[in-house]
Amino acid sequence: MTPMQKLLQLPVNAVNMVKTVQNQVQGFQEEDKSPVLSPDGAHQAWYSALQPDELRHLRSGGSGGGGGGGHNSEERAPLEEGGGGGGGQTQPLRHDDLKEMLDSNKDSLKLEAMKRIVAMIARGKNTSDLFPAVVKNVACKNIEVKKLVYVYLVRYAEEQQDLALLSISTFQRGLKDPNQLIRASALRVLSSIRVTIIVPIMMLAIKEAASDMSPYVRKTAAHAIPKLYSLDPEQKDQLIEVIEKLLADKTTLVAGSVVMAFEEVCPERIDLIHKNYRKLCNLLVDVEEWGQVVIINMLTRYARTQFLNPNLNECLLEEGGESTFYGSDADQDEDEDEDKKDEALSKRKPYVMDPDHRLLLRNTKPLLQSRNAAVVMAVAQLYFHLAPKAEVGVIAKALVRLLRSHSEVQYVVLQNVATMTIKRRGMFEPYLKSFYIRSTDPTQIKVLKLEVLTNLASETNISTILREFQTYIKSMDKDFVAATIQAIGRCATHIGEVRDTCLNGLVQLLSNRDELVVAESVVVIKKLLQMQPEKHSDIIKHMAKLTDNIQVPMARASILWLIGEYCEHVPKIAPDVLRKMAKTFTNEEDIVKLQIINLAAKLYLTNSKQTKLLTQYVLNLAKYDQNYDIRDRARFIRQLIVPTDKCGALSKYAKKLILALKPAPILESPFKDRDHFQLGSLSHLLNTKAGGYQELPDWPQDAPDPSVRNVEVPEWTKCSSREKRKEKKVEKPFYSDSEGESGPTESADSESDSASSSASGSEQSGSGSEESEESEERSDSDEEEEEEEEEAKKRKTQKKEPIEAVQQSESEQSSEEEVKKRKVSIPPPRNVSESESDDDDSPSDSSQDSESEDSESEAEVKKKKKITPPKAPTKPVKKEGKKEKKEMSLLDFDDFEPTPSPQVTPVGNFLSSSLVTDLEGLSLTDTVLSPATISPSGSLKSYELLHRITGEGLWVEYCFSRQPFLPDPHMVAVQIQFTNSAATEAKSLRLEEAKLQSGMRVKEFPEIEVLPAGESATVVMGVDFCDSTQAANLQLCTHSRKFFVSIQPPVGELMTPSFMTENEFKKEQGQLMGMNEITEKMQLPERCQNEHAIVQRVIAAANLSRVPCGSDKECSSPAPPPPGPPVHRFAGRTVTSGSLVLVTVATKESGPSQLTINCEKMVIGTMLVKDILLALTQ
Amino acid sequence: MYCSCCFSLPNSSGFSVATMNGQLKKCHIAITSFIDSCSPFLIPSSLSPSLCDSSHNLDSLPIVAVEMIHSLFLINHSGDIFLEKHWKSVIGRSVCDYFFEAKEKAAEPEDVPPVLQTPHHYLISIYRDRLFFLSVIQTEAPPLFVIEFLHRVVETFQDYFGECSETVIKDNVVTVYELLEEMLDNGFPLATESNILKEMIRPPTILRTMVNTLTGTSNFEERLPSGQLSTIPWRRSGVKYTNNEAYFDVIEEIDAIVDKSGTTVCAEIQGVIEACVKLTGMPDLTLSFMNPRLLDDVSFHPCVRFKRWEAERVLSFIPPDGNFTLMSYHVNAQNLVAIPVYVKQNISFFESGSGGRLDLTAGPKQTMGKTVEGLVITVHMPKAVLSASLTATQGSYTYDPATKVLVWDIGRLNPQKLPNLRGSLSLQAGAPKPEDNPSINIALKIQQLAISGLKVNRLDMYGEKYKPFKGVKYVTKAGKFQVRT
Repeated sequence: MTPMQKLLQLPVNAVNMVKTVQNQVQGFQEEDKSPVLSPDGAHQAWYSALQPDELRHLRSGGSGGGGGGGHNSEERAPLEEGGGGGGGQTQPLRHDDLKEMLDSNKDSLKLEAMKRIVAMIARGKNTSDLFPAVVKNVACKNIEVKKLVYVYLVRYAEEQQDLALLSISTFQRGLKDPNQLIRASALRVLSSIRVTIIVPIMMLAIKEAASDMSPYVRKTAAHAIPKLYSLDPEQKDQLIEVIEKLLADKTTLVAGSVVMAFEEVCPERIDLIHKNYRKLCNLLVDVEEWGQVVIINMLTRYARTQFLNPNLNECLLEEGGESTFYGSDADQDEDEDEDKKDEALSKRKPYVMDPDHRLLLRNTKPLLQSRNAAVVMAVAQLYFHLAPKAEVGVIAKALVRLLRSHSEVQYVVLQNVATMTIKRRGMFEPYLKSFYIRSTDPTQIKVLKLEVLTNLASETNISTILREFQTYIKSMDKDFVAATIQAIGRCATHIGEVRDTCLNGLVQLLSNRDELVVAESVVVIKKLLQMQPEKHSDIIKHMAKLTDNIQVPMARASILWLIGEYCEHVPKIAPDVLRKMAKTFTNEEDIVKLQIINLAAKLYLTNSKQTKLLTQYVLNLAKYDQNYDIRDRARFIRQLIVPTDKCGALSKYAKKLILALKPAPILESPFKDRDHFQLGSLSHLLNTKAGGYQELPDWPQDAPDPSVRNVEVPEWTKCSSREKRKEKKVEKPFYSDSEGESGPTESADSESDSASSSASGSEQSGSGSEESEESEERSDSDEEEEEEEEEAKKRKTQKKEPIEAVQQSESEQSSEEEVKKRKVSIPPPRNVSESESDDDDSPSDSSQDSESEDSESEAEVKKKKKITPPKAPTKPVKKEGKKEKKEMSLLDFDDFEPTPSPQVTPVGNFLSSSLVTDLEGLSLTDTVLSPATISPSGSLKSYELLHRITGEGLWVEYCFSRQPFLPDPHMVAVQIQFTNSAATEAKSLRLEEAKLQSGMRVKEFPEIEVLPAGESATVVMGVDFCDSTQAANLQLCTHSRKFFVSIQPPVGELMTPSFMTENEFKKEQGQLMGMNEITEKMQLPERCQNEHAIVQRVIAAANLSRVPCGSDKECSSPAPPPPGPPVHRFAGRTVTSGSLVLVTVATKESGPSQLTINCEKMVIGTMLVKDILLALTQ
Repeated sequence: MYCSCCFSLPNSSGFSVATMNGQLKKCHIAITSFIDSCSPFLIPSSLSPSLCDSSHNLDSLPIVAVEMIHSLFLINHSGDIFLEKHWKSVIGRSVCDYFFEAKEKAAEPEDVPPVLQTPHHYLISIYRDRLFFLSVIQTEAPPLFVIEFLHRVVETFQDYFGECSETVIKDNVVTVYELLEEMLDNGFPLATESNILKEMIRPPTILRTMVNTLTGTSNFEERLPSGQLSTIPWRRSGVKYTNNEAYFDVIEEIDAIVDKSGTTVCAEIQGVIEACVKLTGMPDLTLSFMNPRLLDDVSFHPCVRFKRWEAERVLSFIPPDGNFTLMSYHVNAQNLVAIPVYVKQNISFFESGSGGRLDLTAGPKQTMGKTVEGLVITVHMPKAVLSASLTATQGSYTYDPATKVLVWDIGRLNPQKLPNLRGSLSLQAGAPKPEDNPSINIALKIQQLAISGLKVNRLDMYGEKYKPFKGVKYVTKAGKFQVRT
């Protein structure tokens, strides 16, 4: 574009601006106008300047001003005109000037050109020929230009893949930019370019961005996942890994987006949610609105798979009640039945809502107050699908509120309300009046409201509703009137008391002037009469008369059917009607014709004397009808009713066939059974399954293991720690020092609790982690007590379980009791160093001075004994057989020897989180017994965790016990031995997570409350190393100090033995060839030659099991080198991902031996080769 | 009433570099003189520091593809597609044919079903300001989610351009495009808070357009926005005002149906608190009511701390900058609703002949001693009514024979002299006596009264040192107020 042209643009703008200004500011006079400002230049933006009309106008302005410019544009104008009319047609010339502008080095020109191009895109015009010119500017410094170039690029990249690739490097550079916004935008654009070739680049970029520091960039990464997935679904597995990683993210910004990605890519992988469930629930309030919707919908599905139906009990209870009622005077059989029911009842009765289920309901409830209708709807459907019946009511108010919103919102909400009212009528009954219809409502809203009103009708409110309906019948909107009449019909069928009233009302409508109203009434009356025809023959007579007037086919057909069906009630009129109909037969609609034939047939059978000829006549007419249905019907009826020689068999039954008693129709709501679709979904609205709809699963029969959702701290520790905090607040003066130590959680907590008015911005949305804790705190503290109660109940109910469980629960309860008790009695002030947590103090305390013990329950004593093993060499109590055994073994660890059986691992000690896990753990032990049998006889290598000197007398070592870690099979069991070599006792030893690598998880051991001087204790914890040899960095805390420690697993400990036969081994090995196979040659030293030594060394280096096949068998195998050298095979699986690790050691009498490792995880393979090599050759 | 800082100009594009032409200079002069002439009006709001402040932000970056909402078409009243935006691959305009078909069938634009199913897509549309916003989706998505989002788009346009009409959208097509780009990423809403959007894409204002013209700079600055990363998603950082003020409008609407005899069939009060907060820094406000028990059902702007409401019945929040809806509420149903006016009506059609009579009288009922203003009575006549020849004792009436709507604009209601409208209606020749009855809708306004009796107690500010100017205003309006005949 020439500068001249550009100048021409300007006056138009100026006109505009000044014009607008004039409109707004009075007193601005016309004189001020420059000559350029043409008087009629109303609203022309540069956008419209592209239109021919304006251009002409512009031209005149231009030529008035500068000669050259005018000339120039004059030339161009006709072309423009062609463009304006041609729509999508391309104009090479015009585009040429855009190209020129884009090529110039002035940003303003480029910007102008880009704006015009974007405007063309917006109008749906094709500008693809500009691609080369535009793509050049992708690296333009001007952000505004750049942005528009991005718009263009995303639109056309797919069509011009080769050229689009030119821009990729710019984005790749952008991905490394220090500015997070630039990184994010680069990823946004890159992932939006739908070119298959760049899939690997996108994958890489997403992976990188997923671990970006900035939550905004991580959010963008989450957004990019579905884009890549839709471009190349083969990337699914890798993307799931990214999703898993992002799901663990703790910021609210990311949460919504990643769940959206989850729903798009892998909604079936519900297992990914377990660990994040509680976090999501707690973050929910602070997630942005759109994210809330997605998360709530997803959690609804999740809850349906994980929790029990809260209403199941109620159904059973009702049944149970009935059975006792009838059971009183019933025989033995029914008694038994009752017993069974009672049994079922007692089995079900102690339904206690899973605390996680409760958590979800509690945390979503405030969102009913959201201004966003979609959020409110999402919560409403969650409550409808998940909440106990008694609690669902809360959603009604919020939904009724939405009825004030835009009509589209009303439309969707009413659809859902209609479905809800069928199941839970009571919920909306108080809001009946909110569904009253105004004449100004759009018809579709009226009809839906009517539906709701009909569903809400009951004996008590029917009179109000019918009065309301009466006003609706007078409405001008005829469709709506018809719907109202239908609604009255439905009310009449459901509520017997008003049937006659309704019928009378409808009959009155028969004299309405509007034919549609009459017709609709006829249809409805027909249905109603079917219920009790004998009482209403006068109505039938009345309707018979209507045939002269009513023209609506459906109504005519209905009347004819009625007369035919009940012709015995109107014996005189019926033949006459048929006579009239026969006259008009040829002019009737098809449905009416069919009914005339029916009527004729019925009359023929009942009153053949009068109607024989008429029937013949009608059938003859029908025989030559244009419609084949009618011809068929006529032929069929004739054969059936007119006895002939040939087909006498069927005609005997003609009466039975045609005059059979028909069941009355049931008028049902079209919304019945719609609730099998998740409410609020598109599928529900359309009542068909939409693409991508995720079925709402049915409640499970038995709840899956709730412990899968456990993260970090077990529940009871959490409880007590919370109690601790509360106490601390009360006793602030004593413990003010420790307050600071306890970090951000505490301060956030106190802030929210005291609801200090100074709560500043940080409260609303501080950094992610703080916030999550806080919100957890907020919600937890409220209902803590309720929760406790629930837990207690739960425990009681489970008392029938095996003995261990009871004890476990008892001890838990007692600990709670303890806590409660201490709340009442103020403990004596202690020195500040002990104040870390006074929950922990007391047991040690009590063990020190026995006086306090008499106030405590026996259970408590037991517990203390259990927890302080060094001091507890007490005789096993009778009941406690097993438990004591564990305790003994626990003591045995002091002089540690590899245990012969995994059963002896101190299971009970850290499985306190929930009884279910506990039980499962115990049962698991038996099954996992076998692998241990091959564990090496040599002692395990232990590593130092904390040196005696740095630990100030506390010496901590750890070793890998190679036992399966029962609470979580994906964790490596790490056995930790504490030795207190200091002169004073160490208290409250525990581990805290410090900086774990992403994905790593740690299951801490329960706190060691006291470790007296000179004693040692052993505990087991679980670490999920994510199949990497990265160290787990932890904090070891004592009552007075914190030490940073790290546990570094040798690669050999990251696997568990896996049993397989030789054939299986070979088969698996065959699948792990190529990249997954690593072979190393080695020279075995003398003493390592024999089989025993090799096996021992390999097993010492890695936790593998030997594949049971002797070298002798190998010799006899038909492999090409017939007398093959002895081969040793070992197999295992990595702990976290369960990938196979296969090790083969092939020794040769002469020459180097060969070590082969086949493993999917190449890193593990390489490291393992090194380790085993070292073990064998040294 | 408070804010007028956004005079919108139909052209957001900004002016190109201006130089050395005689015409242009004249143009400049015109602009400068304009500034001079109108500065007294502009300075309080437009030239206030806040505006200058808000102007350093630049739009960020762009683009993307969609999954949930695939495409958006804007369609005007007569059925022309005047803007299309695709977030993923392009979907042909022909998909809209299904919509047009449904639109043909519907008598009124409001009757077009918001959700339509086509063989390969689902169309979800809203109708606002005589425009259809039609979105195309391909897979399951909560319909309310899409609908709510579309409404948010319209509100954003209104916020940016002052109104949402075809002309305005066409004039600001680039800004519109950028907004859409920023609001949705991959079909999933990204930034919908107006405060954030305004940091990234600046709304067109007269002042800036002029400044841009004068200096030759573009509409956008080189600085990247910080808003997206602000810890409070609804408030931008670094807000500055010289006059710190916070205004709250308590607006209550009476929804009622009154039957023929004058008895109330149903009535309820819905209220909303609109706020205009222009405060420097990060103020933390607490608004309390004298009688919070009146409030039955509430919904809040996300900024309100729900826990505190639950516990103490006070609104505690860090406000967004500028205008926003703080809360909306529903007044407890137990309280009887005062109906401020009554309408005596007598509309009858003659049994024979083509005509009828109309006699309407409006009068005050329970007005709490305040004056009823802006009283407008709208009657939807039966189709057969051709024309009306009436006389009004107060105000004026119009009858539109096309839509069959009679509007009687009364204005202020004088209790001493009740306004009356009477006269005859003429029907289509030969048409039967209309069966159906017209319904009467009433609009009114009462200043300085919240009909529910709700009163704001006090507003406290924490977190900032200065003393803001505070104001509360009460208005009662008729919502969906209908009299049946």
